[in-house]
Amino acid sequence: MDLSLMDINWRVILPEITLAVFGFVLLLLEAFLPKDKKRITGHIAWIGIVLSFLFCLNLYGTQLSSFKGMALSDNFAIFFSFLFLISSFFVILQSLSFLKREEQVRGDYYALILFATLGMILMASTLDLVVIFLGLEIVSISLYILSGFRKKDLKSNEASLKFFLMGAFATGFLVYGIALIYGSLGTTNLEKIFILIPLTETTLPGKDFLLYAGIGLLIVGFGFKIASVPFHMWMPDVFEGAPAPIAAFISAGPKSAGFAALLRIFLLAFSSFKPDWILIFWILSVLSMTTGNLLALWQTNLKRLLAYSSIAHVGYILIAFVAGGNSAISGVLFYLSIYILMNLGAFAIIISMGSKDREGTDLFKEYAGAGLKNPFLGVFMAIFMLSLSGFPPTAGFLAKFYIFSSAVKSGYLGLVIIAVINSMISVYYYLRVIVYMFMKPAEEDIKPVSIPFSLGLVILVTGIGILAFGILPQPLLDLAYNSIF
Amino acid sequence: MVPVSYYILLSGVLFSIGVLGFLIRRNVIVVFMSVELMLNAANLAIIAFARNIGSLTGQVIVFLVMTVAAAEVGVGLAIIMMFYRNKKSVNVDDGNLMKW
Repeated sequence: MDLSLMDINWRVILPEITLAVFGFVLLLLEAFLPKDKKRITGHIAWIGIVLSFLFCLNLYGTQLSSFKGMALSDNFAIFFSFLFLISSFFVILQSLSFLKREEQVRGDYYALILFATLGMILMASTLDLVVIFLGLEIVSISLYILSGFRKKDLKSNEASLKFFLMGAFATGFLVYGIALIYGSLGTTNLEKIFILIPLTETTLPGKDFLLYAGIGLLIVGFGFKIASVPFHMWMPDVFEGAPAPIAAFISAGPKSAGFAALLRIFLLAFSSFKPDWILIFWILSVLSMTTGNLLALWQTNLKRLLAYSSIAHVGYILIAFVAGGNSAISGVLFYLSIYILMNLGAFAIIISMGSKDREGTDLFKEYAGAGLKNPFLGVFMAIFMLSLSGFPPTAGFLAKFYIFSSAVKSGYLGLVIIAVINSMISVYYYLRVIVYMFMKPAEEDIKPVSIPFSLGLVILVTGIGILAFGILPQPLLDLAYNSIF
Repeated sequence: MVPVSYYILLSGVLFSIGVLGFLIRRNVIVVFMSVELMLNAANLAIIAFARNIGSLTGQVIVFLVMTVAAAEVGVGLAIIMMFYRNKKSVNVDDGNLMKW
């Protein structure tokens, strides 16, 4: 490694630096601010996110590369940075009132959210397996702490422990996969891997075997991180046990970051191996959709239901990996943006329905009749559920439509038929939420809940976003299509 | 010089012990140690490959992996402590509040 040849351009990593600085400032404030002043930490956190967003906006279209391709600002990276920053912004807004209700207003909570966002941006804006690994670990370690944030709560402890053990296990597979790929090709740069694979210069006996084993281990490692079946076991427990805004966060940002890295690794670096890995993704996709949807049918807890629905959605997104091609990649980008809006909105409603003593149950029966008492929450919950199940004219329908149509064009009709059957199964459990909210009589006399401003804002913006992109998808589609690597 | 394949074989064995330990053992601390064994098996493989290829990159990667492993230990032990304080147990089977 020759340091004088390093190309260093700080501008490329300015969004990450901003997040890191704000994160450290928040940690210091947590240590030195008196307790009654800690409310400002949340506001500092969202200001940091907005600043970082502005730097990203400034980088859009620049196509810069720095640190020998370890940090770059192509449109793909910037698109994903936008997604992460927007989802973190909404999560911080949700947390403002959530932490106040929990009487746990703390700066380190927001600092960890900022660090996790930093890790996600690193994952999406690099061409190097090692940086992807580092970003992934920054995200994961922050999330382990955040999911155990309610220290006295047994469920939160358990969620955090399970998440940590599973995540660390997956990390082991990921690192070993990277080790084998490094050993067989001598590089961890994705573009160089893409160039090197066709040139079969054997440096080691059994090089192909090492490479294949490495790719397999990478799939296992990322399978855990994006929670596709059969590596999904941690997700429902973490969703149930973790604080609600953190569950929302996990379903939105880190999952998209995992997909960003997977897209780069498999549709760029290992694209010439596609005939070999396509079957694995086919199986993962079918298993995720089917298991996620079938298990969701039995759930009585809304957060667990959303966890299984999230597993099913991973299955739909994996269809795009099987299909391949530019329309599939832009389909994934579109799907993830819409999915983030739907999930964050639904979780904002869960947070506003909860209360301090009831937090952590979120059973369906608590929602009986709630839609009539709180028409605002009821109507928007109906929109989110319809969008998650893929009803037109919501954006959830279009998101599914673009991915399915790209698979049909590539000739994977069987997979699409399975996916459509799965979507029909999913309508049952999504509609059950709406039925509970509007048609079941309330068990006891419930009072309408008061919605804090920040939560109402999240619900309103995400809900309107889903309807708007459902009717006028073209701007977002164009943006997604221009963001392909 | 010992051929590189010996090191890779050893690291494969270590990795398998780690995976088996994770799946079989019930004490959270031992499970966690198994994970660390998996990471160190990967480190051994990377170092052996780096020497074989003759590049320094691999050694830098190992430092990064070690840092990450250390951070993971810090957070992991804190989480295990929290679990122990509330449950008075370090058995994974006691984490059974949430199923399916």
